[in-house]
Order: sequence, then structure tokens, then C-alpha cells
Amino acid sequence: MKLKLKIWRQKNSETRGSIVEYEINNISPDMSFLEMLDVLNAELILKDEDPVSFDHDCREGICGSCSLFINGQAHGPDRRITTCQLHMRKFKDGDTIFIEPFRAKAFPVIKDLVVDRSAFDRIQHSGGYISVNTSGNTQDANSIPINKDDADDAFDAATCIGCGACVATCKNSSAMLFVGAKVSQYSLLPQGQTEASRRVINMVNQMDLEGFGNCSNTGACEVECPKGISLDNIARMNRELMKASIKK
Amino acid sequence: MKNFLFTSIGKKFAMAISAIFLMIFLLQHFLINITSVFSPDIFNMLSHFMGTNPLVQFALQPILIFGVIFHFIMGFYLEIQNRSATKYEYHKEKGGANSTWMSRNMIWSGLVILSFLVLHFIDFWIPEMNYKYVEFLPDDPNRYYHELVEKFEMPWRVIFYCVSFVLLAMHLLHGFSSALKSMGTNKSYASSIKTFSYIYSIGVPLGFCFIAIFHHLTH
Repeated sequence: MKLKLKIWRQKNSETRGSIVEYEINNISPDMSFLEMLDVLNAELILKDEDPVSFDHDCREGICGSCSLFINGQAHGPDRRITTCQLHMRKFKDGDTIFIEPFRAKAFPVIKDLVVDRSAFDRIQHSGGYISVNTSGNTQDANSIPINKDDADDAFDAATCIGCGACVATCKNSSAMLFVGAKVSQYSLLPQGQTEASRRVINMVNQMDLEGFGNCSNTGACEVECPKGISLDNIARMNRELMKASIKK
Repeated sequence: MKNFLFTSIGKKFAMAISAIFLMIFLLQHFLINITSVFSPDIFNMLSHFMGTNPLVQFALQPILIFGVIFHFIMGFYLEIQNRSATKYEYHKEKGGANSTWMSRNMIWSGLVILSFLVLHFIDFWIPEMNYKYVEFLPDDPNRYYHELVEKFEMPWRVIFYCVSFVLLAMHLLHGFSSALKSMGTNKSYASSIKTFSYIYSIGVPLGFCFIAIFHHLTH
């Protein structure tokens, strides 16, 4: 395959970036999108040019490292996959592909296609955990009966890998799908009840402090989420916050 | 609870409450107006009651005006806040691939509805206030029907009203379910909410269009 790539290049967070055009040949349709970028970078290095920086780690759709806004969509044109799971067979020979970093005020660009998603870490630190006594007398989690529907919903929420596609695709750069998933995965389980009120209040406050926008329920995040996290998690977070605010 | 209203979710909740309140008012407005199609007397009687009842005039009307102003100001405020959170635009963005036009353009449909409301206030509300509280003209229980139909003689007004109602339908189609999600409704109600949303969001604006066109063609 022969492709024209229009890639966002930006030296660092202080400088202004721009779209730079590259032509690339001999791309196999069986390559993953990130492998195609590896090929481009190998060529750039041979030409003594600065390779394109992009995030990646596990390359099997689990770690949430890879990002990229490809041809106007987070993680590219396919559904329920991360960029590392996107293959070049989704494109046609001669295509022009726009590759941009995830955009949000709370996700500043570090270099080229790499953005700082540590805002998500700070939200998690503010309440995305449960405190368990590990003195040696810890109760076996399986001995606590949990409703099957709740267990399923909690598990679905827990599949969020925190990639940030929800923020990137949201017209308001809202992080509510991410925070909703993290709040839901604990609030649905008995182990998460002790800190439920404090958790939702702290996580929502931290989310607001980071400068994410408000959710207007367009549903774009749900569609682009590689793990199919449902908008119901946002509604659940709203309920949890209301409950917690009344209790307080 | 005080802090709740200052969070991003609290602001959306307040926006949702004002939206639901306006929807209830709109339904009541429609149910009164539709009587003008089949019975001028019933329309006059209901309009006279609404226009002279002290509870409606001095309690509900100020609440309604506050609700309308709050909804618009909050809408603009949230839009500005959301735009500042996005900072940069993409060179290429396919919004249509993952969301509806109406969900992405609530501010624009809202602005058309706002401009419609300005005309609607000039057409009906300001003359009504002038009649009752400025010129103190004598009470006439039979004037409402004539005041209504004469407004729809001009084709441009009927067209503008109908265009506004189409935008209102689009605004409601996303707005109603969005408001209920912001209020934290459980997913088990999703199907009922969707059905009600379609019936209300298309039925009420279509009914208003029908009233305007009906009076234009029959008078």
C-alpha cells in the first residue's frame, strides 16, 4: 500500500505544532497501525530526521497507552478497538490519513502525538480505590454474595483502560465516561460501599479541577470507547454524587 | 447539597431541572392552544383564566420567566466552559460517525428557539402586559382568539414559527433524554424514556406548526 500521512508534529508543550505531510510505500495491509508508524519512523531515522513520537506499550488493547485521533476518530475508523488493534486493511491504497494527538485542555501535548494523560491518574488517586485490611484475616471476596447483574455491570465498568478516547472524542472534552466507569465499578459492589460517598465527591471535584468539560450526553464517548463503556455509568455517577451530597 | 450545585454534574442537574420545567409548561401551552382549532370559546375561556388568575399571573409567570432566563444563561455558560475545555480543534473530525447532529448542536437550535421567543414575546406577551398593566384596558374575555388568529395572517410569521418548531423538535429530541440522564435515571427506564421522548418531541412542535398553519389557511 502507498499512503499519504498528515501527521501532527510538535516539538514540545511550549511550541506550536503543525501538520506535516509524509509519503510512505510498501505498507502491508496486515500491519497494525502502530507498525506502519514504526516503518515511517525507521525511514525518518535513516534520513537523520526526528522520528514521530507516539504512545504505545502492550500492543494488544489492554494497557490503554496508545491513543491517536485517526481520520477524525479516536483510535481510528473501527469500533471497540484501540489504535494498536487497528490494521492497515481498514484503509485503501492511496489513502490520505490524518493522524493527530488526543485533544483536550486537560491533555496537553508533550511531543508530536504524545499527550499528558496524568489528569486521569490524579482523578484515580483522589478516590478510585478501596481500602482493604490485609492483616491476614481478610475475608475471601467470594464469600460475599453479589447480585449477578451488579457483578456484570461492575465488571463491565472495570474494563475501562483509561485510554482517554472518551475525552478526545467528546466535543466538550468531558471525562465523565472515565470517572463514571471508575465510580461505578466500586459503587456496585459491597466492598466499595465504605468509601462510596467520599469517593464520588473527591473524584468529581478532581475531574472539575483538571479542567475537563461538562457531559452533554451526545453518546460519542460510548461509541468510540474501545471497551464499550456505557453512558449508564455517567447516570450512575450522577446518582451517586446526589446521594453523597445529600448525606454529607 | 450546596456544593453539589457548583460541581459540573450539579450544573447539568440544574440545567436538566429547568428543561423539564419548561417542557411541562410547553405541554400546557400546547393543550390550551390546540383548543383554538376546534372551539374559540374554550380557547377564550382558558386564555382568560390564565391571563387573569392571580396565582398564574403573579406566582407561576415569574417562575416561568426565571426558568426561561436560567435555562438560556446556563446553556451559554456551559457552552463557554465546554469550549474552553477543548482548547484546540482537530484538523479532521467526524462528529457524525458517533453522535447525532442535534446532540452536537444544542447551542444553535437553542439560539433559534431564543430568537423565536423574542418574536413570540413581541407578538403576544408584551401586548398582553401592555393591555392589562400599562394601559389598564377593560377586561374582555373574548379578545384572545382574535388576537391569536390575526397574528398568523402573515406568511413570513407562519414560516418562521414552523422553522423554529422544527428546531425545537430537534432540541427536544436530544434534550429530554439528556436531561433525564443528567438527573441520573436508571437504564431500566431507557426504553420508556426514548418512546416518550419521540412522542413529545415530535408531537408537540408538530401540533404547534399545525395550529399556526391552520389559522393561516382558515382566516
